[in-house]
Amino acid sequence: MYLTKEEELILAGEYGYALQKAMEILVALGDIYGAERLIPIKSAQIAGVSYKNLGEAGIEFLRDFVNAGAKVSVYTTLNPAGIGDDEFMEKQREVLELYRAMGIEVTSTCTPYYGANLPKFGDHLAWSESSAVSFANSIIGARTNREGGPSSLASAIVGKTPEYGLHLDENRKATVKVKVEAKVKTFVDYSALGYHLGKALGNDVPYITGLKPESLDYLKELGASMAATGSIALYHVEGETPEYRNAISDGIETVTVEETDLRAVRESFSDDWSEIDMILIGCPHASLMEIKEIAELLRMRGRPLKIPLFITASRAVKALADSLGYTETIERYNGRIIADSCFVVSPIKGWYNGIATNSGKSAFYFRSFGFSVRLDDAERLIKEAP
Amino acid sequence: MKLKGRKVVGGKAEGELIVSQKPLSFLGGVDPETGIVTDAESDIRGQSIAGKILAFPRGKGSTVGSYVIYALKKNGKAPKAIIVGEAETIVATGAIIAGIPMVQGIDVSKLKSGTRVRVDADAGEVEVEEG
Repeated sequence: MYLTKEEELILAGEYGYALQKAMEILVALGDIYGAERLIPIKSAQIAGVSYKNLGEAGIEFLRDFVNAGAKVSVYTTLNPAGIGDDEFMEKQREVLELYRAMGIEVTSTCTPYYGANLPKFGDHLAWSESSAVSFANSIIGARTNREGGPSSLASAIVGKTPEYGLHLDENRKATVKVKVEAKVKTFVDYSALGYHLGKALGNDVPYITGLKPESLDYLKELGASMAATGSIALYHVEGETPEYRNAISDGIETVTVEETDLRAVRESFSDDWSEIDMILIGCPHASLMEIKEIAELLRMRGRPLKIPLFITASRAVKALADSLGYTETIERYNGRIIADSCFVVSPIKGWYNGIATNSGKSAFYFRSFGFSVRLDDAERLIKEAP
Repeated sequence: MKLKGRKVVGGKAEGELIVSQKPLSFLGGVDPETGIVTDAESDIRGQSIAGKILAFPRGKGSTVGSYVIYALKKNGKAPKAIIVGEAETIVATGAIIAGIPMVQGIDVSKLKSGTRVRVDADAGEVEVEEG
């Protein structure tokens, strides 16, 4: 890989240990994936925030990195934190303080684009958090590989990323055409479609036809579910996403999605209400529109829920919900909006053992943690719940 | 027998091989306190990688696994060198921050646990002692 004079000096350690290590990571990744050079990035989004995932090992590394003077050089936001017992929360606070000490905006959301960190078309980024990567690439048309926590941190510090993968035009073309013949209309239909496609395709770039999403949130969920069950980091939707026009080339394979495919997903997450002890909305973090809808659904239900309803959202969106009165409404019916946290990365097994959700991503993870799972639209969940 | 691969992290090491023929996850798969493999799907489950030359086809699992490799090093339980068939982000990043010599592009199916090897990561070479 070609390095500028300054990059060579960083690699030689002239600018200190933290920058040197960060540069070593980028150069190694560039070599592994065949990049020719490093390119500047506009922003970074860092995963590896919850203490459940990081553990002592991660804290130790972050502490050493902070002590070595690690500072980010581009605008950088964070993934959600975890929720646990007192001891856990103390460790969690330490993690956030370490990231803050590096100059990172401690926003802690998987939807930075609903607040602090909204990229524009064509921006090069180094984002981890698979759902945000999918959103940035597919819905905005920004360019990021599916980074891991450490590699996005390295990029944030150097302000650059190796130019390979989805940073290059040729890798953003569709590798498979997906013809959706099933009826895909509501939020949970998009969840089920994403869940199915992630499993069926793995790491393809799908070009999807036959969709008319009513809301941006539906596409957000489609991408998040695909990225959870598979490793899809970019998809195109005909007539909807910004790069679909040049995405298709002759001779790629076509797969068809039928009603039975989506029904199979929904039937695999149809555990009985007697096994469900919480409802979870907001994976990825809910938009204000989603929260408003929940508040209205609860009002229509007219009586409080017997099991708690949790809506996870970014602090930015929760602040809006607070000031517009939605939070108060939701709390009246035994609901809560939890800001800047994520149950998927929280040690909550035992506190709760069964979840009802509209998110294919959550369904996938909680099933893998041994939870009972019921997947359906928020409308039906709130109507049917005890 | 001399196998030729490519450098990921420079350095030299010599020691006893421990070989997993399956992809290895570090987060939840290797105990950072002891260096013992706990990955239920691993063919070297229950064995220690501490102080050995660790070979496996490729990494898998969470990217936070890089930090487990770093913790292994700090706890004195890291492998002396890492040999992989195919390098990917998790293990490469872990080896860099931990400063563990690492070579990629080696056909791991030719390697067997218990044999002695010399790793020259700068040259991308792995020399297996015969016998």
